Amino acid sequence: MEKIRCAIIGSGNIGMNLLYKIKRSHVLECSLFVGRNEKSENLRDAGRMGVNVAANSTQALIDQSDLYEIVFDATTAEAHRIAAPLLKRMGKHVIDLTPSKVGKLCVPCLNWQDCLGEMNVNMVTCGGQSMVPLAYALTRACPQTTYLETVSTISSASAGTGTRENIDEYILTTRQALQEFAGGMPGGDGRKTKAMIVLNPADPPIIMRNTLYAMAEDPDLEEIGKSVGKMAEVIQSYVPGFQIMVNPVLLQEGIIAVTAQVEGAGDFLPAYAGNLDIITCAGIEMAEHYARQWLEEEGRCLF
Amino acid sequence: MSVLKKIRFMDSTLRDGSHAVGQRILPEHISAYCQAIDQAGMHSVIVGHGNGLGASSVQMGLCAMDEMDMLSVAADNLKRTPLGTFVTIGFGTIRDQIVPAMRAGAQTFCIAAHCTEADTMRKHVEYLSHVGREVYGVLMNIHLASPEKLLEQAGMIQSYGADGIILMDSAGASTPEDVKAVVGTLYDGLEMEIGFHPHNNLGLAVSNAYTAILNGASIIDGTVGGFGAGAGNCQLEALLALLMKEGIQTGAKLYPILDAEKAVIEGMLEYGKAIEGTCVVSGYAGVVSTFKNRVEQVASDYQVDARDIFVELGKRGAIAGQDDLILEVAQMLSREKYRGR
Repeated sequence: MEKIRCAIIGSGNIGMNLLYKIKRSHVLECSLFVGRNEKSENLRDAGRMGVNVAANSTQALIDQSDLYEIVFDATTAEAHRIAAPLLKRMGKHVIDLTPSKVGKLCVPCLNWQDCLGEMNVNMVTCGGQSMVPLAYALTRACPQTTYLETVSTISSASAGTGTRENIDEYILTTRQALQEFAGGMPGGDGRKTKAMIVLNPADPPIIMRNTLYAMAEDPDLEEIGKSVGKMAEVIQSYVPGFQIMVNPVLLQEGIIAVTAQVEGAGDFLPAYAGNLDIITCAGIEMAEHYARQWLEEEGRCLF
Repeated sequence: MSVLKKIRFMDSTLRDGSHAVGQRILPEHISAYCQAIDQAGMHSVIVGHGNGLGASSVQMGLCAMDEMDMLSVAADNLKRTPLGTFVTIGFGTIRDQIVPAMRAGAQTFCIAAHCTEADTMRKHVEYLSHVGREVYGVLMNIHLASPEKLLEQAGMIQSYGADGIILMDSAGASTPEDVKAVVGTLYDGLEMEIGFHPHNNLGLAVSNAYTAILNGASIIDGTVGGFGAGAGNCQLEALLALLMKEGIQTGAKLYPILDAEKAVIEGMLEYGKAIEGTCVVSGYAGVVSTFKNRVEQVASDYQVDARDIFVELGKRGAIAGQDDLILEVAQMLSREKYRGR
């Protein structure tokens, strides 16, 4: 069976997590794994798994451009802003897991079809992948919502240097996604939005938790519960560890709260790091949509 | 014991005090308080949401007024004392809070993170230091880390260019021995100034501030009337009287502080000054005082004991900003209670 060949750039935790997931994919294979440090243990381990590896960063993507069709960028926003024009010139599809926001914001369960025509998509943030779909589902069942707020708590152990250096970007990107996907109000000025994040160092590390708050007059909790529950099932289809912990409930009059946790699949990373898992799961999901479309279009045999 | 420097007071009455009134600080409170306290020789008057700018939210309480307007009103009414503000990483950003706060007149910035997460504030501290603002790194919930860990984290903040470090005993859970060990370790290992911000859950706020001073702290971050989250803060006028007795210089003036308390703060307090039972338990459980209002509300909604909620939050290692966990814990306790019947 034929698979679509992918490159991963960035040999940190996210890159390795992606590699493990691609190994299991029916339509994707990893043909190039790129880092920037020859001594990287992850690079060495990837090599041992039989993957073609390189330590010369973007140059490897240029030199071996015939090896792949999709690139997963798991480096940093700064690095991606530099690499993006090069990849565009080479005609490569890019799944960007950094907070660079070069490409269209992509939350697969909400807009994978709109992203099929894009050359570069951005996977928002971990909190965005968990809460934006629920915010969308909530506002569908409760169009009179005037305000949306999300807060994510992740374990300190799961927050790498990239996350720690870019907390502001995390907040701004998550909020932008809330605004784009759930911020429009029929006939109104648009909803107010807010996003926040907490890093908790407890040991053993805590599992990622997210809460969504919404303000609305006379909300129909039953309808909201149904809509949010249905969306949770869609998310679970590509993020199996996603689980609603507190069903939509009135915190006080006019304020709805819903809490979900995300447990990771344990691919390279421990299960508590659901925050890393949900963004890579979303990236893989989008790449598989590309792959299926191309395989079908070209009449290549799928299975 | 170190040579005592002049002690400076950071006045967080209008910041931590916001928690005491459910973030319902009004413009008239700010203008009256700032006019009154401007004569009192405070190093800086800190204004904003209790959890810092950007924290006005359902999660941590919505401010009664725009956060930047809080700063503007304060700036208009402070003629001698520099206006300061507070930003917690993860709630406020450089773009949306720090830059507008500078425009609104803030001179002094306290940039806060949980006590093990100092590296998350690097950009913010470096930026403020670069643009010439006075900037302090704040480590919260210090009872959850060892003195050695806190020294490592404070050292990072020093390397970012901060003017000093403020240690927050956010749950009022530190013993006098803890304070002595932590402040002493940091004093020996750092070049920059050390500040301490106690809470009064175990009745130790003034005493712990004094211990911090004797071990090298030169800044005490407290409030007038002890006005603050949960059991409240170090009551600055009481500490000042103690320091005056001991001949320790502060630059602060006792009567103007007492007058400001009488004129403004007394009327804002919704409860008595004794330490409430839930606050004692929050200090015992090592859980931030800022959870108090939500814990009490949710305990009543779900017919469970607020004290049990605090104990469970302590077991789960809840830290500042995790207010959403309260609801989940209350639901769990309520289910257990129902099953137990």
